[in-house]
Amino acid sequence: MSAPNIQTEARLWLAQRVSAMVLAVCIAVHLGTIVYAVRGGLSAAEIIGRVAGSEAWFAFYSVFVIAVTVHAPIGLRAILNEMTKLPKTRVDLLCFLAAVLLAYLGLKVAWRFYMLGGA
Amino acid sequence: MSGDTLTVSVWRGDGDVGRYQEFEVPRQESQTVLDVVTYIQRHIDPTLSYRFACRVGVCGSCAMTVNGKPRWTCRTHVSKVAGDGRLEVAPLRNLQVIKDLSVDMTDFFDKWARAEGRFQGAQTRDDDFAQVSPDSPKRRRASAGIECIGCGVCYASCDVVAWNQDYLGPAALNRAWTLVNDVRDIADKQRLKAVAGDAGCHACHSQQGCVERCVKHLNPTQSIAGLKRATALAALKGELE
Repeated sequence: MSAPNIQTEARLWLAQRVSAMVLAVCIAVHLGTIVYAVRGGLSAAEIIGRVAGSEAWFAFYSVFVIAVTVHAPIGLRAILNEMTKLPKTRVDLLCFLAAVLLAYLGLKVAWRFYMLGGA
Repeated sequence: MSGDTLTVSVWRGDGDVGRYQEFEVPRQESQTVLDVVTYIQRHIDPTLSYRFACRVGVCGSCAMTVNGKPRWTCRTHVSKVAGDGRLEVAPLRNLQVIKDLSVDMTDFFDKWARAEGRFQGAQTRDDDFAQVSPDSPKRRRASAGIECIGCGVCYASCDVVAWNQDYLGPAALNRAWTLVNDVRDIADKQRLKAVAGDAGCHACHSQQGCVERCVKHLNPTQSIAGLKRATALAALKGELE
């Protein structure tokens, strides 16, 4: 068996577990907010009214996006390594690109909503 | 149990090629699956190959697949597994078949060695006995996994072993975990290096097939989780380089 870098593997595992803990909190808050928000019907105006210009919501969703960016590509990497015969370097590249995409799209949305507050 | 005979399908063959052969075996009280296989070999077909030694659940050599599940045959009563009077006996999964019901355990035990499953102490015969409190957390964790008899049932139950030939498997990793918790052992750093990565503890999916089937009711998944924590801690300290 080739062991590319055991230390990196163990650190990635830890990063995924820690990000999972962050995600558990973020998802609970996110779902709780959804349940709260749809009480009187859902509208774009209401969402914008809540998150636009709010430093707290911007910080929250930034943390959420970063946790997803760490968590999902590591899992994707494990799945691809286990279920496909793709070379490991190719898998690493694909998962890095997935991380970049997730971070870009997620942070862009969080930033745009924040900026709707008229900063 | 109805009837006084048992219909037994037994896997016959070398390597990957083979087929099931049916035998009629007299039903007896308190009969074990190993008794059935032994009856076939002694009274019907002496060419049947299988492995056993102690017959009382100590040595771990008689494990086979019984009605689709890996079991220790000497401690498995026919009445428990053959309610409809039928028995299907095959070699253990995930191991190369030598002939009939005998499998080659070389890979299985080589992986114990690869997982640094050998005790390495620093003391000599001139030193006094090590004092290990039975109540200390490390001793308790070691005790929880120490009764493994090396039968290979967990290895045959593990789907990760089935699809990843390099995976060390539940028994070897459980052994490594007992040594990580042995305060007399001095080889932890190299052991943690040996058990980390995608052929080691990080490959485990926590499906717990090993826990479900372990004949000694051990919990290899818990041991592997312990190794995951220990390797993560070592990685943070930069000790896996």
